[in-house]
Amino acid sequence: MLVVDLDGRPTLPRLVPDLDHLSLTAPDALAEYLETHGLRRIARRLASSGVIDVVATAAPGIDDIVVLGKLKQLERSTDHDLILVDGPAAGHAITFLMSARSLLDTVHSGPVHTQAVDVLELLGDSARCQVVLVTLPETTPVNELVDTAYALEERVGVHLGPVVVNGVDLGEVLAVQPSTDRGLAAAADFRNGRRAMHRRELARLSDALAIEQIHLPLVPTAALDAGDIHHLADLVA
Amino acid sequence: MRSALADAGVIVCCGSGGVGKTTTAAVIGLELARQGRRAVVVTIDPAKRLADALGVAGQLGNEPVRLDLGDETTGELWAAMLDPATTFDGLVRRTAPSPERAEQILANAFYRNIAGSLSGTQEYMAAERLFALHGDDRFDVVIVDTPPSRHALDFLDAPGTLARFLDHPVFKLLMVPARRGLGVLNLAAQPVLRSIGKVVGGAVLADAVAFFQAFDGMEHGFRERAGAVTALLRSDATRFVLVASPKRDTVDEAMFFAARLVDAGLTVSALVVNRATPVFAAPTGPRRRADAALWANLAELAAMAAAEHGHLASLTEQIGAAPTAWVPMLADDVHDLDGLRRIRELLFGPPADAARTDG
Repeated sequence: MLVVDLDGRPTLPRLVPDLDHLSLTAPDALAEYLETHGLRRIARRLASSGVIDVVATAAPGIDDIVVLGKLKQLERSTDHDLILVDGPAAGHAITFLMSARSLLDTVHSGPVHTQAVDVLELLGDSARCQVVLVTLPETTPVNELVDTAYALEERVGVHLGPVVVNGVDLGEVLAVQPSTDRGLAAAADFRNGRRAMHRRELARLSDALAIEQIHLPLVPTAALDAGDIHHLADLVA
Repeated sequence: MRSALADAGVIVCCGSGGVGKTTTAAVIGLELARQGRRAVVVTIDPAKRLADALGVAGQLGNEPVRLDLGDETTGELWAAMLDPATTFDGLVRRTAPSPERAEQILANAFYRNIAGSLSGTQEYMAAERLFALHGDDRFDVVIVDTPPSRHALDFLDAPGTLARFLDHPVFKLLMVPARRGLGVLNLAAQPVLRSIGKVVGGAVLADAVAFFQAFDGMEHGFRERAGAVTALLRSDATRFVLVASPKRDTVDEAMFFAARLVDAGLTVSALVVNRATPVFAAPTGPRRRADAALWANLAELAAMAAAEHGHLASLTEQIGAAPTAWVPMLADDVHDLDGLRRIRELLFGPPADAARTDG
């Protein structure tokens, strides 16, 4: 298994230190792409002089397509059974996954065209590729997830796997008596309020989207570590 | 917090995604309107968050709309959502030597790509919009939230980045033959361009060349405007409010933003920590067996709050004297004006005049 991040941040290798990891950023992927497509000699100079910006602007989405193209190449190499990509946030995710289809409208032949066709094939094949949407059990994140799910199915035609809801707190209602200490009662009211919202939002998500949900329980910490990730993985296994 | 933002002309809220930046910007706008100022809040987030939080029906657009706050407010609150393409079109119209030239550029496919998707364009247009609204007589103060990305502060450099983009060697290469009177086809025959054409296609390249030729002579106006925008962002009128949640990764991001601001010779005016686990009063009575679950809950929340304060310590140290406001995690999401007013009380306390008459 290979985990891939697209932003070059150190979070993933810290959380899953025992998995193979690759950091794949758009500028690197574009430079590599140009090097392997007849611009080898000048690719480096192009990168440093900003020509890559011009190329990326001339054909918007090309930076997304080279990232997707690289992922497709990794998938084809069969070095790994599963490639897990930490994708972009909701707004960018749609343009990112749409890039192949958009490019086919502007580029009618050549290597970018071929790349886009291959990527579309990968995205449309549910045996090879699925998108897992992740959210929190709160109003705005649930609304955004539902919008994103519809946009991806309708506009990208990609297969949606289960939805993952993070930080779910569904413990029972903490009973408070009139005689309960004020600090204890306030803490219990706060927790009960959060739990009621989580229950309500999960129900709303189920109503809006007929997709299986995986709930990851709230880990009472301010910073997840590798141990927490193992624990969460055991819970959903 | 109130004095840190008093007499600001521009307030920039920055921080990573999901920390309540848009909400914080709206709350600051609400407070400044209460103080009698005419405030406009501009969101860059294309999601409907600001419209939702302000209870505005439908989608906000580039043109600010005034909100009905009821009778309590002497100032005004307006809201808008950045439309980078429309803003860029306005900039081209203003800079072009003639309306015909402006239309020629606006119709060019390469230009539409720049306006829609060149990295940094969104940030630059945010700065441009902010500059235009700052100069607009209808408003005393402009509050803006930045895009939720690592590049959010790129808009400090964005005007310069675009100037450089239009200034770099390929642009020059594309310009020179135009001045010599060579046509697009001859130009596209040059080796570098031919290779690029092979990758992206000839039609795409021809659009690019046509754009650069139409743009010839406008660089100066663009650069001048970019200089004025940068000067505003760096002036005393502009305040930067850092927004974070107490989770480790967002604190790390906030520290990254703070360091970028300091590198740019700017200071953080205030820190807002949203979604903090509340701290509850320590129980006074004896520990009863029947309350075991309540004690466990209190202990768990206290441990989380302590861990959060631990994470925040290095950030508050980094920003020095700037005030920090903690907004506890609420039992519910904020999605209307009443919700924003609740957060305003947490952030700014009761109105200054009410506090006076109460005392």
